[in-house]
Amino acid sequence: MVELVLQTSINALVAASFIALIAVGLVLIFGVMRIVNFAHGELFMAGAYVVWYLYAQQSWPFPLAVIAAGVAVCALGMAMERLLFRPMRGNQLGGLIMSVGALFILQVGAVQIGGVNLMKHVPPAVPGAIAIPGFEGVSVPGQRLVVIGVSVTLLCLTWLLLHRTKVGWALRACAQDPEAASLQGISINRYALVAMGLSAALAGVAGGIMAPLVRVGPYMGHSVIVTAFIVIIVGGVGSVEGAVLAAVLYSFLDTFITTFFDGSLATIVGLVVMMLVLVVRPTGILGTAEKV
Amino acid sequence: MNVARWLGPIVAIVIAALPFAVKAYQLDFLIFLLINVIVVVSYRLVTITGEWSLSHVVIMGVGAYASAIGTKQLGLPVLAAMPIAGLVSALIAYVLSFPLFRMKGFYFLIGSFAAGEAIRLTWSRFRFPFGGPKGITMIPAPELPIPGFGTVSLGTPVIYYFMTVVIVVLCLWVMYRLERSKIGLTLEAIHWKDVLAESVGIDTWRYRTLSFVTASFFAGIGGSLLGHYIGTINPDRFGMESMLYVLVWTIVGGTRTFYGPIIGVVVLSILDEVFRGLAELRPALYGVLLIATMRFLPDGLESLPEVFSMARGRLRTRTDRPPAASPDVSAE
Repeated sequence: MVELVLQTSINALVAASFIALIAVGLVLIFGVMRIVNFAHGELFMAGAYVVWYLYAQQSWPFPLAVIAAGVAVCALGMAMERLLFRPMRGNQLGGLIMSVGALFILQVGAVQIGGVNLMKHVPPAVPGAIAIPGFEGVSVPGQRLVVIGVSVTLLCLTWLLLHRTKVGWALRACAQDPEAASLQGISINRYALVAMGLSAALAGVAGGIMAPLVRVGPYMGHSVIVTAFIVIIVGGVGSVEGAVLAAVLYSFLDTFITTFFDGSLATIVGLVVMMLVLVVRPTGILGTAEKV
Repeated sequence: MNVARWLGPIVAIVIAALPFAVKAYQLDFLIFLLINVIVVVSYRLVTITGEWSLSHVVIMGVGAYASAIGTKQLGLPVLAAMPIAGLVSALIAYVLSFPLFRMKGFYFLIGSFAAGEAIRLTWSRFRFPFGGPKGITMIPAPELPIPGFGTVSLGTPVIYYFMTVVIVVLCLWVMYRLERSKIGLTLEAIHWKDVLAESVGIDTWRYRTLSFVTASFFAGIGGSLLGHYIGTINPDRFGMESMLYVLVWTIVGGTRTFYGPIIGVVVLSILDEVFRGLAELRPALYGVLLIATMRFLPDGLESLPEVFSMARGRLRTRTDRPPAASPDVSAE
């Protein structure tokens, strides 16, 4: 029993770390650009496809493939910002609709590249597993350790970027009050591009490191985006720390219910918890009220 | 003016003649299109309050499930189950409105999405009475008892088509009257200036709930019509993808007028039929259309006549104007 709880906790930690990457990206876009990016799950999918192609097909080394995924998806995100979101600045619904359009196009693109039902097998980069001393039945597969390591590192770097550099300062200023920020000479357009590129890169890397652990397919983004939405709502839209905290809470709840009961019940419970949070505290755990 | 006077009768004749002029699968398409007309028009009733819900298709599914369970397990006659399905949808929407209307904008969007997903997952989680992921099969077709004659099945496509036409026209008429009533005007006021509306004593919460619940009633009727025609419903049919299509139809058509969403669903569905051969590429086509609409025609297809007449007006003033008096020239 103890072993099962420990094993489940480790699985939850893996889930939490990669969901946090996705959710932080979404929060960044929403904070700076006020856009709900429905296509964010598809950016995750694109990252997984890049790794599948470069690592599994062209046998590049795994770290290089993941970096390539980050760069490629970053470029994709910047293109989306420039072509789709910038003309819709100030129009929240417009941005959302643009992202839905992008979602359709990216999904079809993935189908064109790899077909609908072909299972894309991506072998784990770090084979084998590490046993935890003292508990015989508990082990951590290497690939999962990679996910935790890369995610935590990237999250720390993002936090440092946001709080310790000038770029981060400007990004936070844009999120707080775009008008005042632009009066101080901060170019909203430039920082929207930075935010979108950063957030897409995080999604791309998340897709890349998760590729060996999930089914790579055109519709893999859907469940990810549902989870990420729950997480950013619970954490408070626009709050990076809240998103990380909520990702951890949600993943533990979800993984434990999935292990001890079943998966769809876990999602239902997650959604109900989210509704309750919204009813009690409509701005999320760490969010602040939006200006009317 | 003349066009407007003739439009009604022409549309009526086309609708009456169509089922005899098309192939069997095209009749299916027409029936789905009619049902979708109810869905998008009722969806516009939600959006008119200023909030964009992502649970509308799931609410439609609530109607379909209620109707299917009512007829299969409780033995209700189909024609009685349809209004009941609408009422069940309205009731569920009423319950949901309590948490949802505490939220606005993005939160409402995601809140409604979550509520819908929770309902949908409940269907696939519980085999009784929802049938699990496979859903409910063999939903009975409607029958009409005629005194002294016995019962007539309304399940054959042509008859079902006409029954759907009657129900759709009825629903549209009610929603049209609602929009033109004092309630409709109040909703319009809330749509444009909710804070101002509240300051002159309008209970915005009540009106928002009213329009959400009414819209859900009609969505439920649409779901019931769908279920009794195809005979099988499952949770996937009312998933996010269907919702996104409803969103696309409504936005491409435009939401300022009553007929905007109808234009959207009719035009896009016909396009969809035309491009049937491109099966896999169709979503991308939708994506491109959606982006192009937002970019170049933000008020939707319904605003095309205005855009045209404005362009024509610009052309005319340019050619009518004597070149010497033109300010552009003198400015140079």
